[in-house]
Amino acid sequence: MIGFNMLVAVCLAYVALLFGVAFAAERRAERGDVGWLRSPLVYTLSLSIYCTAWTFYGAVGYAVNSGLEFVTIYLGPTLVMVGWWWLLRKLVRIGRSQRITSIADLISSRYGKSNLLGVFVTLLAVIGTTPYIALQLQSVTLSFAVFSADGGGVPEFEQLDTTAVVVAAGLTLFTILFGTRTLDANERHHGVVTAIALEAVVKLFALLAVGVFVVWGIAGGPADIAARIAQSDIARWEPAAGRWAGLIFLSGAAFLCLPRMFQVMVVENSDERHVAVASWAFPLYLFLMSLFVIPIAVVGLELLPQGNADLYVLTVPLAEDRDGLAMLSFLGGFSSATSMVIVAAIALSTMVSNHIVMPIWLSLRREAASMSGDVRDVVITARRISIAAVLLLGYLYFHFSGGSTALAAIGLISFAGVAQVLPALLGGLFWRGASRNGAAVGLAVGFVVWAYTLFLPSFGESFLMSGAAVAEGPFGIGWLRPRALFGMDGLDPVVHSVFWSMLLNTAAFVMVSLFSFPGPLERLQGAQFVNVFEHSSSARGWAQGGAEAEDLLIMSQRILGSDAAQALFQREAARQGGGGYLPDTTPDFIETLERELAGSVGAATAHAMVGQITGGASVSVEDLMAVADETAQIMEHTTQLEAQREELSRTARQLREANEKLTLLSIQKDAFLSQISHELRTPMTSIRAFSEIMMAEAPMAEADQQRFATIIHDEAIRLTRLLDDLLDLSVLENGQVSLNWQEADLHLVIERAVAAAGLQGSALTIRRDPALEKVRLLTDTDRLAQVFINLIANAEKYCDAARPELRIAVAQRGEGVRVDFVDNGSGIPKESQSMIFEKFSRLTDQSRAGGAGLGLAICREIVDRLGGSIAYLPGQGGAAFRVTLPLAQAKAAE
Amino acid sequence: MGKRVLLIEDEPNIIQAISFILSRDGWTVDTHADGRTAMDEVARRRPDLIILDVMLPNRSGFDILADLRADPGTESLPVLMLTARGQARDRDLAERMGASRFMTKPFSNAEVLEAVRDLVTA
Repeated sequence: MIGFNMLVAVCLAYVALLFGVAFAAERRAERGDVGWLRSPLVYTLSLSIYCTAWTFYGAVGYAVNSGLEFVTIYLGPTLVMVGWWWLLRKLVRIGRSQRITSIADLISSRYGKSNLLGVFVTLLAVIGTTPYIALQLQSVTLSFAVFSADGGGVPEFEQLDTTAVVVAAGLTLFTILFGTRTLDANERHHGVVTAIALEAVVKLFALLAVGVFVVWGIAGGPADIAARIAQSDIARWEPAAGRWAGLIFLSGAAFLCLPRMFQVMVVENSDERHVAVASWAFPLYLFLMSLFVIPIAVVGLELLPQGNADLYVLTVPLAEDRDGLAMLSFLGGFSSATSMVIVAAIALSTMVSNHIVMPIWLSLRREAASMSGDVRDVVITARRISIAAVLLLGYLYFHFSGGSTALAAIGLISFAGVAQVLPALLGGLFWRGASRNGAAVGLAVGFVVWAYTLFLPSFGESFLMSGAAVAEGPFGIGWLRPRALFGMDGLDPVVHSVFWSMLLNTAAFVMVSLFSFPGPLERLQGAQFVNVFEHSSSARGWAQGGAEAEDLLIMSQRILGSDAAQALFQREAARQGGGGYLPDTTPDFIETLERELAGSVGAATAHAMVGQITGGASVSVEDLMAVADETAQIMEHTTQLEAQREELSRTARQLREANEKLTLLSIQKDAFLSQISHELRTPMTSIRAFSEIMMAEAPMAEADQQRFATIIHDEAIRLTRLLDDLLDLSVLENGQVSLNWQEADLHLVIERAVAAAGLQGSALTIRRDPALEKVRLLTDTDRLAQVFINLIANAEKYCDAARPELRIAVAQRGEGVRVDFVDNGSGIPKESQSMIFEKFSRLTDQSRAGGAGLGLAICREIVDRLGGSIAYLPGQGGAAFRVTLPLAQAKAAE
Repeated sequence: MGKRVLLIEDEPNIIQAISFILSRDGWTVDTHADGRTAMDEVARRRPDLIILDVMLPNRSGFDILADLRADPGTESLPVLMLTARGQARDRDLAERMGASRFMTKPFSNAEVLEAVRDLVTA
């Protein structure tokens, strides 16, 4: 006999195991070692969240009530996977190329990044999923109750309620921990996926174990079971063709449209080829899941004719005193419920935060949204709150519906709700003419019909619709009866609702699409979606010009994080043939950037944010032309011309840049001579003037004499230092320098530089994190310290903040280490940023700044020789320099 | 004599040297180090001679010279220009723009003194 406490303990241990697996997977993924975490097998197993507790427990109950009909729930997805795998491939391809984050995002993005549609689908998904989450909570609490009852006590509803609260809270915690760890650009959750793959194995194994026990342990093998089935009531069920077709259609549609299925199938997909494996492996999984349903149902009916058929999977082993098996079966059901709730909560929270919270937040801070405030925090907080809210809603539904409705009924109601997205989804993928208005009206009509004919009546008589209204029609109008619309009597309620809602939904979608003219952005997106395999990057959404790369970088840092954003910008700058962190803001680049951002905050929000910076001119006449007269050949031709034109304009830009640089360099060469002259002659003037004074004058005050001698001395030193710098630079530039390579601790070099920078009595404060500085380098410590001292001294001289502050931040990245020097002054103006590493490019004219303007030029040469690089880092607020150095191992490996 | 010289120069040590040489010769020396406000200083001090450096912070000595020559009140004021850049181009430019004398740093003290005396008595 398993006590309640024992059950809780096993449960907790299992949950701890899931936490451990998820955590280990996250750690592994963080190290960049994705490997088997992203194999086709894990992908296929993750799809099994389709099999929820409804399938695990409910299928047997379904079989008891309706015979073989439960198979329809498996047949729908099987048909989709086997027959429509090319549709899935298209979905996955679009999901990846457009950085889609959810089904709401897909619909919103396809129809011109319309946020209205995003909100619509989100609401539909929340309403459709809430009962389903309630269903999972109910099944877990019921299975708990079975054990409690078995242990002696009969559970009260309050007790069940408490269990539901605890389970909901635990799921919230897990989902927040692993679902919102980072605002990862591609929204993949390695920990969660690995954990649900494990749960998929557990539930399959559990159900098979119960099945094997029933067939060989209770009955006398397959032949005996076949005989028992033939004798039972179940064999006498006649399949109703209409209902079968309706249910197969419904489950197939739901498989494509359920937010959680979209999450694992498209968003979490890491490789398109996995779809090919899943297209046969997942139906196989479903087949195994359904294999023993009928035997369990038959044996359950024989053993426990009065028991709840929905729980036979659990009660049959218990009745036979197989505690271990019952426990396994319990864990299987627990797995089914939790994995569904976790993924559904993640999917819904992404939708709620991207389509409801972010747009509201963005409109509240219209002018400042892209430039201030940490967007990442807002998004993550919004997601966490949404997760909690989704689970709370699920719990409330469970609480108020009193846990009474049969499991299967709730599941089908949910399916029919989310299936309303199907016309807009399929139309969007295959029909260029599908328009936003069409999709919106279709969805609205479908939703209303579904709510009226199925969802509201499901609450029973008391809620929103009176029993009389359900039975007689509202106000006694017969043809408006929710269960017999337009007088269509005698149909099963679910089939009836699906028939009318899908028919009216599709009709409205098609009609309105035919009679409304899609906007330019819609047409562009339509072309990209429908023709995703032909030309995934030819249509563009942004016109040239307008945006400042630095503004875009600042915004991207807020959403993607500074590392990812800087890497993206640097990569693009390198691709365009330049250096540094600020590429040209070509339409292609802005498009790419927008997609990256969409991966974090959804298409509509990303579009709005980019629009704020670029000034909103999103589609150029050129782009409209490209859409308007587009046939296959013209498209191909324009694409070629476009490529040539881009190639040409890129070459022209590179030439222009090279020319500008040369002109500047030549001017600099002249200026260099004149500067050297100035820098040498100035101290010489003082030396000559004062030595002549001292030579000519016999009587002179002692104090004057002392003062003049000091000036001569100081100026002589200044001359020497200048000559040293010039020599140093010349040696470095000619590569004649001999470096003293040694392994050293970065921390000590920084420590030495800070001490030697002469900050005593200076207002400048330095902020560091010594713990991060423990990095081994193979370098020349004197030369490296020289670079650091120079950067610190520059901050001391030029930082113009009231309380000047310099942050020295060290970070290891791959085979290198980055040392950032960021001050809080006003920074270096953009037009000067490209020249500061040139000789004598002191930005102020005053000699009081001390040096001759050779410091950064020397720094660049030194860091070059040390195998690293130094660059100005824009968009950090103050002046910021990044020194990148190779790590000791990497250097040694060369 | 007691005549006034305005020295517009930004190197502190050179300011000290020239001030010392001239004041010992009986000149009153005012000094100013910023290019942008130099013209205001000229109007305020009303000097008999200006010694003007070319490379000044915020505004070039040549621009100040142009302003001086454009103003009827100062168009004939003697201006001695100093430069450390030492290029022939600068000397031509200074002469064309109406500098009274042009000297390259480093200079000899005697030369400066002589030039100042010359220009003020002339």
